[in-house]
Amino acid sequence: MNYNILLGGAAGQGMNTVGGVLEKVITRAGYYIFFHKDYMSRVRGGHNFNQLRFSDTPLYTHQEKIDMIIAFSEETVEKHRKDLTDNGIILCPTDFNVADPRARALPFKEIAKELGNVKVFGTVIVGAVVKMFKLPLEIAEGVLSEYFSGEILKLNREALQRGYGLTEEKFELPVSELKDTITINGNQAVGLGALAAGCTFFSGYPMTPGTGVMNYIASKQKALGIVVEQAEDEIAALNMVLGASFAGARAMTSTSGGGYSLMVEAIGLAGIIETPAVIVNVQRPGPATGLPTRTAQGDLKFVISAAQDEIPRMVISLRSAEEAFYQTARAFNLADKYQIPVTILSDQYLADGGVTMPPYDFSKIKIERYLADAEEIGEAPYRRYKITEDGISPRIIPGTIPGQVFMVDSDEHDEFGHIIESGELRNQMMEKRMKKMDGIRQDVREPWHLGSENPELLLVGWGSVYGAFKEAVERFGREGKEVGALVFGDVWPLPIRKITAYAKKAKRIITVEGNYSGQLAELIQQETCIPMKERFNKYDGRAWSHEEIYRRVQEVL
Amino acid sequence: MMLNTRFEQSKETAWCPGCGNFGIMNALESVLNELELKPHEVVICSGIGQAAKMPQYINANGFNGLHGRALPPATGIKIANKNLKVIINSGEGDTYGEGGNHFIHTIRRNIDIAHFVHNNQIYGLTKGQASPTTDMRFVTEVQAGGVILEPLNPVALAITMGASFVARSFSGDRAHLKEMMKAAITHKGYALVDILQPCISFNKVNTFKFYKERVYHMKEDYDYANKAQAFERSLEWGDRIPIGIFYRTEKPSYMEKIHHLSDGEILADKKPDPMEAEKFMDDFR
Repeated sequence: MNYNILLGGAAGQGMNTVGGVLEKVITRAGYYIFFHKDYMSRVRGGHNFNQLRFSDTPLYTHQEKIDMIIAFSEETVEKHRKDLTDNGIILCPTDFNVADPRARALPFKEIAKELGNVKVFGTVIVGAVVKMFKLPLEIAEGVLSEYFSGEILKLNREALQRGYGLTEEKFELPVSELKDTITINGNQAVGLGALAAGCTFFSGYPMTPGTGVMNYIASKQKALGIVVEQAEDEIAALNMVLGASFAGARAMTSTSGGGYSLMVEAIGLAGIIETPAVIVNVQRPGPATGLPTRTAQGDLKFVISAAQDEIPRMVISLRSAEEAFYQTARAFNLADKYQIPVTILSDQYLADGGVTMPPYDFSKIKIERYLADAEEIGEAPYRRYKITEDGISPRIIPGTIPGQVFMVDSDEHDEFGHIIESGELRNQMMEKRMKKMDGIRQDVREPWHLGSENPELLLVGWGSVYGAFKEAVERFGREGKEVGALVFGDVWPLPIRKITAYAKKAKRIITVEGNYSGQLAELIQQETCIPMKERFNKYDGRAWSHEEIYRRVQEVL
Repeated sequence: MMLNTRFEQSKETAWCPGCGNFGIMNALESVLNELELKPHEVVICSGIGQAAKMPQYINANGFNGLHGRALPPATGIKIANKNLKVIINSGEGDTYGEGGNHFIHTIRRNIDIAHFVHNNQIYGLTKGQASPTTDMRFVTEVQAGGVILEPLNPVALAITMGASFVARSFSGDRAHLKEMMKAAITHKGYALVDILQPCISFNKVNTFKFYKERVYHMKEDYDYANKAQAFERSLEWGDRIPIGIFYRTEKPSYMEKIHHLSDGEILADKKPDPMEAEKFMDDFR
């Protein structure tokens, strides 16, 4: 069983509040939600919609098919009625001109006026929806008390009751037992992961859709005694992060592709000064300003090579909000272990999408700093870039060992960090830095496998396409088709063991990505020499749905 | 023998013999020793350029970053460890040109950093193009018809932006330069010292002699707490060039405005426990 409610209208009409209250009511009643946000780059007006999909079992993705449309505008009905099921319903105010037999015009506005406050009309809608899905009214009342107090709360409770009285029970919903869950979006999950990992300094410049990470971490500054600084630009943001990291703080920044572009020179700096940094790129379609509030997977090739010349680095893409928490904490440890920049690739779909899941297990998070102490360094002048077998030099924090100083230099340098021009030393330093890639290759994780172990058709993707893959592959499985999938999380360096093994078994391989040319497909070809000819590429700024993947595969099977 | 208990300069540098940078390095070395700081407690930051090589030549900690980007890492360092003394030595192209945006916003932050700008009114390392402070009509290979852009006045800009310490000195006046450096390093908040410095290779106009004949010390009774007067004085440039503290005021620094930073534990010393953050999951229940 799962249902899908679509709330649509202009920005600023209050549908986010209605959606937020409903989300809480549904999750408190013991159901799992997947919340999907589709919005325009404007503060007021336009056509935006939220989809609230819920079920008695965990959900991993949104879906096209809708059971209920809550229309804040006539345009919403026109745009989305094609996806409404036959048994579905459209809830709209009485003054809308909607010619659809499934429409149910209800006096939300009239009731709100009667109650003496037009603002409560959203709560009237909540009441009507709660009834139709047989959700517990007392839970809805409890949720309202978190939003309002005093007279306004009383008024909203009345509005809820009046809305509840407007409709009848319509949808069958198995009673779910109450359980301890959290409902969190990708940006918040990254922020929480960073806090668990002991991030004490964050610097960033606001850029949709990456701003949510900064917002969340900023909300905990006082509680944890940490600092979030809004930089004058993204160049400053990453340079500040590198300064703080050099001085011993765990530090991070978050942005989208445009901001990441401005950070490129500093990414090279992180590489040559061997200073850890975690950089989150929440992708949106480009180039340049592109589609600011939409989703994409267009930055893969860019971030694995951003900066002139070559540096050791790691790139981790996020497949779900659940994984985002753990992967962010892991990114900090890997950045410290190899003294490298680690890029986390998220996207708008994941960043803004809320998912219900069991609470994170914080005891799984270990903070590993890999710092050297005075004893290890000894009495001799400290060599920050000591040539070692694995390329990793013992790292200390300035000011912690009396008598020992060191410098980091964006110029090529010797073991002490001093500027050099000798070709021989240059080779030694370049080889020392790039040697770290051997270790990183041992630490990368193979992609997740879904579906058939002996697939006739193997789907290959990365990042947030995971949820849609999971549902599409499960559907093929129910139909007895041998379809399997690999979903990459770590993308650089590319883990190649599983893809090589499954490619041998599969009769056919199709890559599914959110970019124009099939960037992962090209990367796999480059790293494994396995031809990746069939590619489903989508670059309209919208996420792949499980239905769309299913249809596209059906067409070619 | 303990390592690095006193500041010393290295004997070899990449600077031209007679360069103004030597005077600045000598002054900095003795100021750091006179203030009884220890090398491991000091970080000298810079961007790129001839002046920006300073961290290479003094035995303190150093962050020789990217062109134009001396200020942001310095800011990050100070926030991460408030006990480190953070000093910047960089050129006027690095600071006012490539890094202009950071200059403006670091003034707004008023963070405890002493910023020494080696201002020779020319690009040295790239061999003689106009810098943001090059006077109009100055002829270079690029500006073959003479500079047509108006020069940037760093002192006036810093005063109007609300910097809490704005001074100018001259690399050829060691005693004065040391006095300005000391005052800047001990100032609470962001302190700018624009240091006039000849470039013997590429600036044949603003020479040692040019500055020597023009610079004068502002009188002892000059009131550097008067912002309007400071601004007026900052516009004086020509036959006479004033040096000294133009403007100085007491106001809360960045660190002081974040109480958990000024009163709390050093960020870099924190030993976070992942379980500390577990309670935040309540935000999502």
